[in-house]
Amino acid sequence: MFVESFRMALRNIKSNKMRSFLTMLGIVIGVAAVIGLVTIVQGVTSRVMDEFSDLGAGMMSVSAPGTALKRGLTESDVETLRAIDGVEGVSPNLSTTGSAVKNREIFDNVTIEGDDLSYFQRNSSMLEEGRIFNASEADGNTYVCMVDKTFVTKVLNGTDPIGQTVRLNGIEYTIIGRLGANNSMMSMSDTSNSDGTVYLPYRNVMHMTGTAQIQSLEVYTKDGADSSAVESALRAALDRIYNNADNAYAVINMESLLSVMDTVSGMLTTMLGGIAAISLLVGGIGIMNMMLVSVTERTREIGLRKALGAEPRRIQIQFLMESILLSLIGGAIGIVFGLLIAFIGSSVLNTTFRISYGAIALGAGFSAAVGIIFGWMPAKRASELNPIDALRAD
Amino acid sequence: MAGDEILYMHDICKDYVMADSVLHVLKNITLTVRKGQFLAILGPSGSGKSTLMNIIGCLDVPTSGDYWLAGRYVADEDETSLSHIRNREIGFVFQSFQLLQRQTALENVELPLIYANMPEKKRKERAQECLEMVGLSDKMDNYPNQLSGGQQQRVAIARAMANHPSILLADEPTGALDQRTGAQVMELFHELNDEGNTIIMITHDSKIASHAKRIVKILDGVISEGDTSDA
Repeated sequence: MFVESFRMALRNIKSNKMRSFLTMLGIVIGVAAVIGLVTIVQGVTSRVMDEFSDLGAGMMSVSAPGTALKRGLTESDVETLRAIDGVEGVSPNLSTTGSAVKNREIFDNVTIEGDDLSYFQRNSSMLEEGRIFNASEADGNTYVCMVDKTFVTKVLNGTDPIGQTVRLNGIEYTIIGRLGANNSMMSMSDTSNSDGTVYLPYRNVMHMTGTAQIQSLEVYTKDGADSSAVESALRAALDRIYNNADNAYAVINMESLLSVMDTVSGMLTTMLGGIAAISLLVGGIGIMNMMLVSVTERTREIGLRKALGAEPRRIQIQFLMESILLSLIGGAIGIVFGLLIAFIGSSVLNTTFRISYGAIALGAGFSAAVGIIFGWMPAKRASELNPIDALRAD
Repeated sequence: MAGDEILYMHDICKDYVMADSVLHVLKNITLTVRKGQFLAILGPSGSGKSTLMNIIGCLDVPTSGDYWLAGRYVADEDETSLSHIRNREIGFVFQSFQLLQRQTALENVELPLIYANMPEKKRKERAQECLEMVGLSDKMDNYPNQLSGGQQQRVAIARAMANHPSILLADEPTGALDQRTGAQVMELFHELNDEGNTIIMITHDSKIASHAKRIVKILDGVISEGDTSDA
């Protein structure tokens, strides 16, 4: 019986393709929009989260400009921070612009960046050639440095940097390594006028600029440490250092950022779900309308079927099948279009295109539900038609 | 009900309740039909003949009275049971043919068989048989709009016979046909009756009614003249 009803439903849908298509348009658009948007949103957030994770897992960035009384942290303050439970390393970050002299040529747009050894240990993938300075070379009295590709091209004319010397702000440095792209959020943006970046131990930069104050650093937490506990301890230490002054420092904990992102992403998805529900509602109303019209138009046919022996339940099932089929087909088309939209969207936004099978299953399930809910009343009405009156209709 | 009686009605009344009154459409109708009879119910419009036909055909239930069809009491059944009874026992032929326009002749004849839950292969065979019986096997795959009025009515008759009904119930079967085609359809009825099928025909035309072997007249809801028992 269900097979026959299914066949009849399919035949009726096919027999008036234009009307069937217009009926399911609401569902198609609703499902397509939801699948498309949800997939794009999930792709964007997962891409951002991945990048954040790379950068930020177990890292806090601290900006500590200090107060009028105390402008920044001293080396011993940094040592205090290093001693906090759960802290793996602290890397002060000092940057300045300087000039490099090589082969009697002066390049005065060189970015000089000073970091701690722990910074380079953390971002070890940066090293492409040569080596990083070691602990003894980080004392501030040794003159070794690493350079980036731009520096090699501009200052060294593309020659192999390892072992070469260069004069930085008057002091001769030996190049021991070449670094690739810098992932750190602390680095200054690259401009095309730049003559490249040179990386020194931070103490060297402190001597160079004559400053004893550190205003910017990265704090790395040990694997498995509770990042919010470390953050609290860090803040407590900084409060002690700055005597609880207001606005003396700012701590950005990447892990909390990540969980905020997660929450926001969740909220977005829920909101989209809400919009989906509304659009499916509209689509369902469209289906109900069309089914009611269909029942009215086919009143005579229904009367005949009843006269020939169709039970009321059978008529009801036949019309329900039609509305369910309309919804499911509409949903399927919507899913295909939705994935297409998501694919195009993620190419344009350069994010990952990950098909969410959950969303697809949900889309299919909801379509079927809409077909049943909104097809119920018209189907019931059809089943309750009086055959005598129905046969007389035109 | 005696052995070869196919239909027995006793004191059948049908009332319609209006806003401020009650309309008595059928008044104490008593009617017996034997298997194999060819009966015409003759009456003008408003006589209640359509109402009587609806009750005979189990499309409606009487307000009071008894009705036995093919040995089964059917006067108080619900719509679902009535639909089964219609499917098995009644073969309808309507004035306006009532074929489904979007289905072929074969598919139209199959319809009552689908509702009888007959498997597909058997269905198609039986439907083809019925179309052969009315001489239209070559029009099997044609749609109603490709057939003449007479052909459409013959497809409707094939459909009515599909489930081997107890009664062939025809409502003004020649009403939409010209003289010649009408005569052909009546000829077909005669053939079917000769083969043993019981036919009850409703009409207002006494010429058509005279084709039948027995005429029952109805006027104002009352059967008058003609036989109320078998001839």
